[in-house]
Amino acid sequence: MANVLLEMKNITKTFPGVKALDNVNFQVEEGEIHALVGENGAGKSTLMNVLSGIYPFGTYEGDIVYNGEVCHFNVIKDSESKGIVIIHQELALIPYMSIAENMFLGNERGSKYKIDWNETNELAAKYLKMVGLKENPQTLIKDIGVGKQQLVEIAKALAKNAKLLILDEPTASLNEEDTKALLDLLLKFKSEGMTSILISHKLNEVSYVADKVTVLRDGSTIETLDKNKDDLSENRIIKGMVGREIEDRFPKRESNIGDIKMEVKNWTVYHPLYTEKKVVDDVSINVRKGEIVGISGLMGAGRTELAMSLFGKSYGTNISGELILDGKPVHLHNAQQAIKHKLAYVTEDRKGNGLILSNPIKINTTIANLEGVSNRGVIDKDREYGVAVEYKEKLNTKCPTVEQNVGNLSGGNQQKVLLAKWMFADPDVLILDEPTRGIDVGAKYEIYCIMNQLVAEGKSVIMISSEMPEILGMCDRIYVMNEGKIVAELDGKDATQEKIMSHIVRTA
Amino acid sequence: MEKTNARRGDTITFVKKYAMIIVLILVVIFFTTMTQGSILAPMNISSLISQNAYVFVLATGMLLCILTGGNIDLSVGSVVCFVGAVGAVLMMNHHWNMYAAIAVMFAIGIAIGAFQAFWIAYVRIPPFITTLAGMLAFRGLSNVVLDGLTVSIKEQETFVKLFGGGANCYVPAIFYVGGANGLCLLVTLVAAALFLFSQIRQRLIRSSKGYETEKPIAFWFKSLAITAVLTAFGVALSFHKGIPTVLIWVVAVVLVYHYITSNTTIGRAFYAVGGNEKATKLSGINTNKVYFLAYTNMGFLAALAGMITIARLTSAQPTYGQNYEMDAIGSCFIGGASAYGGIGTVPGIIIGAVLMGVINLGMSLMGVDQNMQKVVKGGVLLAAVIFDVVSKRGGKLLAKD
Repeated sequence: MANVLLEMKNITKTFPGVKALDNVNFQVEEGEIHALVGENGAGKSTLMNVLSGIYPFGTYEGDIVYNGEVCHFNVIKDSESKGIVIIHQELALIPYMSIAENMFLGNERGSKYKIDWNETNELAAKYLKMVGLKENPQTLIKDIGVGKQQLVEIAKALAKNAKLLILDEPTASLNEEDTKALLDLLLKFKSEGMTSILISHKLNEVSYVADKVTVLRDGSTIETLDKNKDDLSENRIIKGMVGREIEDRFPKRESNIGDIKMEVKNWTVYHPLYTEKKVVDDVSINVRKGEIVGISGLMGAGRTELAMSLFGKSYGTNISGELILDGKPVHLHNAQQAIKHKLAYVTEDRKGNGLILSNPIKINTTIANLEGVSNRGVIDKDREYGVAVEYKEKLNTKCPTVEQNVGNLSGGNQQKVLLAKWMFADPDVLILDEPTRGIDVGAKYEIYCIMNQLVAEGKSVIMISSEMPEILGMCDRIYVMNEGKIVAELDGKDATQEKIMSHIVRTA
Repeated sequence: MEKTNARRGDTITFVKKYAMIIVLILVVIFFTTMTQGSILAPMNISSLISQNAYVFVLATGMLLCILTGGNIDLSVGSVVCFVGAVGAVLMMNHHWNMYAAIAVMFAIGIAIGAFQAFWIAYVRIPPFITTLAGMLAFRGLSNVVLDGLTVSIKEQETFVKLFGGGANCYVPAIFYVGGANGLCLLVTLVAAALFLFSQIRQRLIRSSKGYETEKPIAFWFKSLAITAVLTAFGVALSFHKGIPTVLIWVVAVVLVYHYITSNTTIGRAFYAVGGNEKATKLSGINTNKVYFLAYTNMGFLAALAGMITIARLTSAQPTYGQNYEMDAIGSCFIGGASAYGGIGTVPGIIIGAVLMGVINLGMSLMGVDQNMQKVVKGGVLLAAVIFDVVSKRGGKLLAKD
C-alpha cells in the first residue's frame, strides 16, 4: 500500500447559519489521481479552500495531516510552501502580462530589488515544455486560447514545486481536444509520481483518469470508490451523488394550469466579450399560466444567461430568436420594456444585481415600479412607506422597520425584499434565478409558499435552480439545460434526480 | 448578538447623521471664542453668504455627480470662468442686452455640460478624464475670450445687483423695524413659520395613517432648533443691510434640488445608480440617462455660479474660478456624501459648505496665514472622508487584507 500523502480528518466548517462541511474525512495516497465529485454546494470547493489555507487554521474544526505532520495553514503561501497548489476554476491569469510574468507572479525570480528576467524566461520555457505547451514565454496571455491558458496555470503550479496538484473543474471551458490533452497530461504526471486531486462534474473524465473517487453530498463524505475494488461507472457515481431522500420540505399545491403565457423559440445568445462563443444555443421553451417550470442544470449551463437575455436583452450580444407573450411576438430591448410587458427577473446575485444594500427596505421595494408610488415623477413617500410595510407583512420579512438598510438583513430576508420588489412591479411571468441560494431551510419553505401563491393567482413562474430536490419538489415541468442547450424536458411527476443528472452528464 | 449589532449599527447611523452638525457647532463655538464673538456679527454672517454663494450652487450640482458613484467634475472652475468671460464680453464689448447675455450664458453652460455628459454617459469615458480635459480646455478658452485681460462689468448695475452679494447688492428694505430691515424680518418669520408648520403637518399625516414617527422629543428638538437657527440667521441679516440678492439664488437652488433629490423618481435614480448600478439597470431605469443628467445639470449650475462670480467681483478675469471644483467636491465629502456614491443629501452638503466657509472666515478673522488655511482645510477634508469610510466599515479603522 502506498503512502498516505494527505489526510483531512473530521473537518467541520460552519458559515453563519449553514454547516458547509460536516465531519468530512478525506484521504489521498501518494501518486494517485483522486477525484472529488458532488453536486453544486456539496462542499467540494469549501473543502479545498480549507486545505489551501483560504479559510485559515482556526476557522474550521478538524485536522489536516500532510506528509505525516499536522499542518496549520493560515494563508495560501503556507500550503504552497508545502507543495499543495490549487488551480481554480476561473483562470487567475492577467491578460496583459506575458506567460512568464504570470507564471512567476508572486513567486518572482531574482533578488528582492531586481527581477531576473533571463532566469524567469528560461525557467518558464522549462515548465512550458513539461506541460507540452509550445509557446514563447514572452507571449501575452490574451493572445493564447483558453486551453493553452489552462496549461499555463498548470505550469505555474509546477513552478511552485507542486507535490499535490488540485484542479477545480479544469476542463469546464475546454473543448474536447484540449480536454483529452489535459487529462493525458495528468496521467503522465502520475506516472512521474505526482499526486492530483481532480474536482469535476464530467463523470466520463473522472472514470477515465481517476484511481479513486470520493463523493461529497450536503457537506458530508458519502463514500470513497476505488478503481481496483469498485465500479467507477457514471451510473454508480451518480447514485452516490444524489442518493438522498426528498423529505417533506415542499408545500403542497393544486395545479391549475392554463394557456401558454410565454413562449421562446430558437433563442440563441452569444457571449458579450468572446463574441464567437454561444452561451445559449437554440433554446425553445414555454410556460403556461399558473405553472411553475423548472430549469435544471449545473452552474455555467447558460440558465442565468438565458433568463437575463430574455429579460430585455440584459445579457449577451447577437441575440436571435422569438419571444412570444400571450400569442404575440414582442421585442424587448431593455429592462424597462421587459417590465412594461410584465416580466420580472429575480436575480441569483441579490447583492450584486438585485438590491441596493446601502438603501433601506422601502426604497428597494419600490425601485422597479416607482410609477406605482408617484404622481408625475413626484414620489408620495407615505404611499411608498405603506407599500413597503404591506409587502413586509405579506412576505413575513423579519426586520425592525422598513427604514432598515437591506445590507443589514440576513440572506433569507434580503431574498424576500427582492421578491417584494418584483411582486410590487406586478409581473405576469416571474423568472426566479436560484431563489433559495444561501438561505436557511425555514426561509426556503416560506419562499416556496410565496411561489405557490403567485401561481395560484394565475401568474407564471420559471424557476432556475441547481438544487435538484427543490426543482423536483416544486415544478410542474422541468427543462434540463447543459452547455447552452435544452437537453431534456421532463414532466414534474416522473422526473427523478437520477434522470436529470444522467441527462446532464451524458451530454457533458 | 444580532441585537447588539443592530444597536451598534444604530449608534453608527446616528453619529454619521449628525456628526457634521455637531462638528459645525463646535467649530462655531471655537471661532466665537477666538474672535471675541466677531464671527457672529451680522456683517460677517452676511459676508459668509456672499463669499460662499458659488460653493453652495456648485456643491449642489457636484452632489448629483458624486451620487452616481463617487464621480466628480473637475471642469466646473474653468466652466465658471468661461461662462463669466463670455457674458462679460457680450455685455461690455458687444453691448448685448443683459437678459440675452444671461440666456446665452445658461445655454453655454448647459451645452458644455451636455458635451461632457455625452462622453461620460454614453461612451463611458471616465468622468475624471473627461472633466480634466474640460478643465484644461475651458481655462484656455477663457483666456482666449478675454484676450488675457480683465473685463469690468461695473456699469452693468442691474446684472451686478441681480446676481451679486456684498457691496450694495441687497433686496431693498421697503420698511424698517427699529433699525432692522423690516422686509428681511418679515421673510424670516414667514419662512420659519412655514418650516415649522410643514414639519408638524407631515408628522400629523404620518401618525394619522398609522406610520411610524420620530419620538416626540427628537422631533420637537430638531424642528425647534432648526426654526431657531433660521430665525437667528434672518434677524442677523436684517441688522446688516438685509437679504443679499445672491441668497435668493442659493435658496432657490437648494430648495429645488433638495426637493428633486428627496421627492422625485429622477432624484431616486441618482441614489440607485450610485448604490448599485447593475441592480438599477435591471429595475428598468436608464442608467446612461442618469449620468447624462448629472453632468448636464452640473454645466447648468456652473453657468449660474459663473454669473454669481462675475457679479460679486464686478469683472471677469481669466483666473476666476480656480479651485472652485475643489471647494465644491470638498463640501460634498465633508457634508456626508459617500466617496463611493449613493449617499448624500442637499442639506448635508450645505452644512459641509457652511463648515468650510466658517473655517475660512474664522481663520481670516483670526489673521491666520493664507497658506496655513489651506493646510487646515486639507486636514478637515481628509478627516471627513476617513470618517465616512471607517464608519461604513462598521467602525474598523484598517481594511481587511
